[in-house]
Amino acid sequence: MSEPIIHIENVHKYFGRVHALRGINLDVHVGEVVVILGPSGSGKSTLLRCINNLEVYNSGKIVVDGILLKTAQNINAVRREVGMVFQSFNLFAHLTALENLTLAQRKVRKRPRQEAEKNARDLLAKVGISDKATCYPSQLSGGQQQRVAIARALAMNPKIMLFDEPTSALDPEMIKEVLDVMLALAREGMTMLVVSHEMGFARAAASRCIFMDEGQIVEEGPPDKLLSSPTQERTKLFISKVLQL
Amino acid sequence: MPSRDFFKNVGRTFSRKSAGTDVPPPAAEGLKFIPGAEPTSRLDPWWWLVVAVILLVTLLMIFQPDPYWHIFLFVRDGLVITIELTVISFVFIIILGLIGGLGRIAKNPVIHFISSLYVEIIRGIPLLVQLIWWYFAAPAVIQSFGEWVHWDALATYHSNPIVLAVVGLVICYGAYMAEIFRAGIESIHKGQGEAARSLGMSYMQSMVFVILPQAIRVVLPPVGNEFIMLIKDTSLVSVVAVADLTRRGREFMAAHFNPIEVWTLIALLYLVLTLVSARVIAWLERRRKY
Ligand SMILES: Nc1ncnc2c1ncn2[C@@H]1O[C@H](COP(=O)(O)OP(=O)(O)O)[C@@H](O)[C@H]1O
Ligand SMILES: [Mg+2]
Repeated sequence: MSEPIIHIENVHKYFGRVHALRGINLDVHVGEVVVILGPSGSGKSTLLRCINNLEVYNSGKIVVDGILLKTAQNINAVRREVGMVFQSFNLFAHLTALENLTLAQRKVRKRPRQEAEKNARDLLAKVGISDKATCYPSQLSGGQQQRVAIARALAMNPKIMLFDEPTSALDPEMIKEVLDVMLALAREGMTMLVVSHEMGFARAAASRCIFMDEGQIVEEGPPDKLLSSPTQERTKLFISKVLQL
Repeated sequence: MPSRDFFKNVGRTFSRKSAGTDVPPPAAEGLKFIPGAEPTSRLDPWWWLVVAVILLVTLLMIFQPDPYWHIFLFVRDGLVITIELTVISFVFIIILGLIGGLGRIAKNPVIHFISSLYVEIIRGIPLLVQLIWWYFAAPAVIQSFGEWVHWDALATYHSNPIVLAVVGLVICYGAYMAEIFRAGIESIHKGQGEAARSLGMSYMQSMVFVILPQAIRVVLPPVGNEFIMLIKDTSLVSVVAVADLTRRGREFMAAHFNPIEVWTLIALLYLVLTLVSARVIAWLERRRKY
């Protein structure tokens, strides 16, 4: 197999006394969709946030697209290659949907306004909300906001997309519209790391599932195997709980 | 969510003591509740008070020109000074407040320490004492420093009362403004900055294009409040040889011995300035679009 686009080696992360990541090893290859499961507080968000440097890990090694994060001269260069979608959308509240998509294109990628706007309109059409381009985030439903947030990340042409529980703040009837966008993205071959407990999405899109608990990767495998016949006790317990919901 | 209005009102009433805490707490997840975005009537009903006071002043000057028109002619250059002093100081106060506020949230411990020290010291000294210090003590300090380093321009420094008054007002109000900006910036959901950083923006870019534009909306009410207090507090510079509205009033009274008319008119003139400012600020607050 070729070089992994994300290489994580024995990474530890502490928040003061809290040992949030305890020796994580993970390789992700181009085009893979990795779904991360695990109970609350198991370190899933921390792992994603270390990959795009929103958190700095304490020891070990993370290499993203050939750049070792610890020594990355320009952290912003790494962040440009990695898009992130947050549980709480985090759309820029003072900007319209269209402006949310153009701001970083213009300030970071230095694209001229016309090009950035054209790109933004194409992406809004792709996530199915062309008609809301001039709306402010407060005028959009949760599902629409999250689709704009996905489009905003895609506008930077990232090589990797990170999703941190993208549907868990949404009302049930809006989950599908967001998952459909993510599924389409996965089918196009985007490299994705997704923290989500949506079993349907995992089965349909994941090339691999990972179960985390207490800062460690407990078990990993293809979705069918991990979700249907996990080998570890902790995984079994967790999956039976999630399935009951 | 009544807490927002509650905080706003606390800020208005006790701004001096609670500067910095009078900014509403961050909205949970994004901005679902938008204060001020609820439909408001176009015409601000408080304009009638402005009209009434202006009308009263005009009528007094027309029907009682002696003494009101005469007083007005005498103090009008002081009125101009008061307005100039307020506007010029406020521009610098905003700049200093922004620098101080950013310093207060800086991760660099030296910058954080210096800006915190500035805020703590300045907030502990009465404004009047600060103005007097700048007028009487600062020139002497500058002169002896000039002699010490053999720099003639400083050694023979002659104080300009207006400049020193502006310096005094700016340094004092800048400390309160720094606290307002700090609280305003901190009230913006931290996800906003994280989203900006995750798109590759630098700290400065995320501050300038994402955080500050949102913080401005949050700080507008307390900043407007400071502006109105500044108009009133400029009257203190009358003690340090600046011929503002208050000092000109005192001069007129010393010559004509009619305190009731003089101070009634002066009070009404200040009231016109503050009431008009309050309406303009209220209009700015209603204009926001998101
Ligand atoms: N900024 C932080 N400061 C202190 N502790 C944190 C911080 N972020 C996360 N933690 C702790 O790290 C652990 C892992 O958190 P997190 O990665 O958010 O878990 P998950 O996303 O799986 O729910 C938790 O114990 C959490 O309390
Ligand atoms: Mg999490």
